[in-house]
Amino acid sequence: MTASNFKIAGTTLFVAFMLTIMPLPEWMVEFRPDWVTLVLIYWAMALPTRMGVTIAWLTGLILDVSHGAILGQHALGLMLVIYIVHIQHQRLRVVSLIQQAIVIFFLLLLKQLIVLWVSGIVGHAPDTWLYFMPTLTGALLWPWIYIIMRDIRRKFGYRVSY
Amino acid sequence: MQTLFLRGPSATLRMVILVLLSLAVMTVDHRWKHLDAVRNTLSYLLYPVEYLVDLPIRLYYWGEENLSSQRDLISENQQLKDMQLQNRVQLQKLDILEKENERLRKLLSATPKTTEDHLIAEIVAVDVDPYRHFIVLNKGSSDGVYKGQPIIDAHGVMAQVVYVNALSSTAMLISDVSHAIPVQIDRTGLRSVAFGTGQTDHLDLKHIPHNADIRVGDKLISSGLGGRFPRHYPVAMITKIDRNTGETFIEVRAEPLAQLDTSREVLLVWTHGHEKPMPGLEEPVDQTDEQSGETDADTGAADTDADAGEAVKETAEEVTEEATGEAVDDSE
Repeated sequence: MTASNFKIAGTTLFVAFMLTIMPLPEWMVEFRPDWVTLVLIYWAMALPTRMGVTIAWLTGLILDVSHGAILGQHALGLMLVIYIVHIQHQRLRVVSLIQQAIVIFFLLLLKQLIVLWVSGIVGHAPDTWLYFMPTLTGALLWPWIYIIMRDIRRKFGYRVSY
Repeated sequence: MQTLFLRGPSATLRMVILVLLSLAVMTVDHRWKHLDAVRNTLSYLLYPVEYLVDLPIRLYYWGEENLSSQRDLISENQQLKDMQLQNRVQLQKLDILEKENERLRKLLSATPKTTEDHLIAEIVAVDVDPYRHFIVLNKGSSDGVYKGQPIIDAHGVMAQVVYVNALSSTAMLISDVSHAIPVQIDRTGLRSVAFGTGQTDHLDLKHIPHNADIRVGDKLISSGLGGRFPRHYPVAMITKIDRNTGETFIEVRAEPLAQLDTSREVLLVWTHGHEKPMPGLEEPVDQTDEQSGETDADTGAADTDADAGEAVKETAEEVTEEATGEAVDDSE
């Protein structure tokens, strides 16, 4: 990966982290989409040879620290999601945005379930269905995120690596 | 080099290794808490993110401070002077009570009450996890913050530090589902434990028998058992008692006195056994903070300590009870 690729991917991830911890009004907090996962899914689709499971795992660890969760919780979920995107990226790229969004819904659901599962084991699982709202908002926002990220990538000028 | 086909087995192999690594890391972190160094290192990467998110709010407060009119400042100054006068009057009483308490403790040859140090910290305006009650503070191990350190605000006990990084720290509010704080009822001295419920407006008291002398409106203060929280700080007010005769224990609900979701400035408390770093090593800004913090804390503690003093006056018996409490405290 060249320096500029690193920079642009790093910058988008940085913004995703900012959106993740930005204070929101009380009623919106439960609807906050999982920005970091969405951005990483995009990069795994666009640059599958560069953005692999290892980077996903390390990003997940930082997410764990920012959530005050036990280390490895988000890392595991994020890494498995990126692994699926990684092996299926050629199929994912050719389907329409709506179909992509449906796949993203199930990927986000998988991550939420893994995080919930670990939270349950250590004894503080949230007991409300609102817990799954980020999955829905994330999937609904996917087409826009995809277009915005694609424009950013094109503007800063490097090709998709097939 | 561009490859048409990905090296599939390699990705799968890495995935399997990382799954195993995740499980190992989670186990080690949860069971033995040995990964603080890793967490600390990663938190350096998060620090600029937190800083940038908090920046607009910080600018807002800065603007409010620097752009307020002279008239506002004068009126605020007047208010503060009035408050200072009131506090000083209360402090005089407290001084006498503290001396009296000390004398009585000597008489009973009980352990003297230890003094505490304070430092003001600001809550960094970031959201953590909507289902956990965590706050991020702008003080870290470079200010001498330690794991398990109690945090209070102007109204009562608020949180305890769970993760310490170099420049910031994460604390768990007393309302978090996995938090519990040993308390006693101010009026009767009945001891209990207040469990967090995941809602900022109530705590649950467990294992209280039907015949316990407990009323709505009773104040709960920290008992100091367990050795983590300092004694006699206000914690909560009892709001609801449900005496269901079919149950072994009564259900008691209390509302935390600290403003868990609105406070911006909080106090870090150094209890005995933990030394606060030398003030000389700190920045001058911190020192002024510290001094104002100390006066704040004294006024905050005034009510409770006065109450404690009265209790001492009433019967010597209660003092012995307190002394045994302290002994248990020390042994833990």
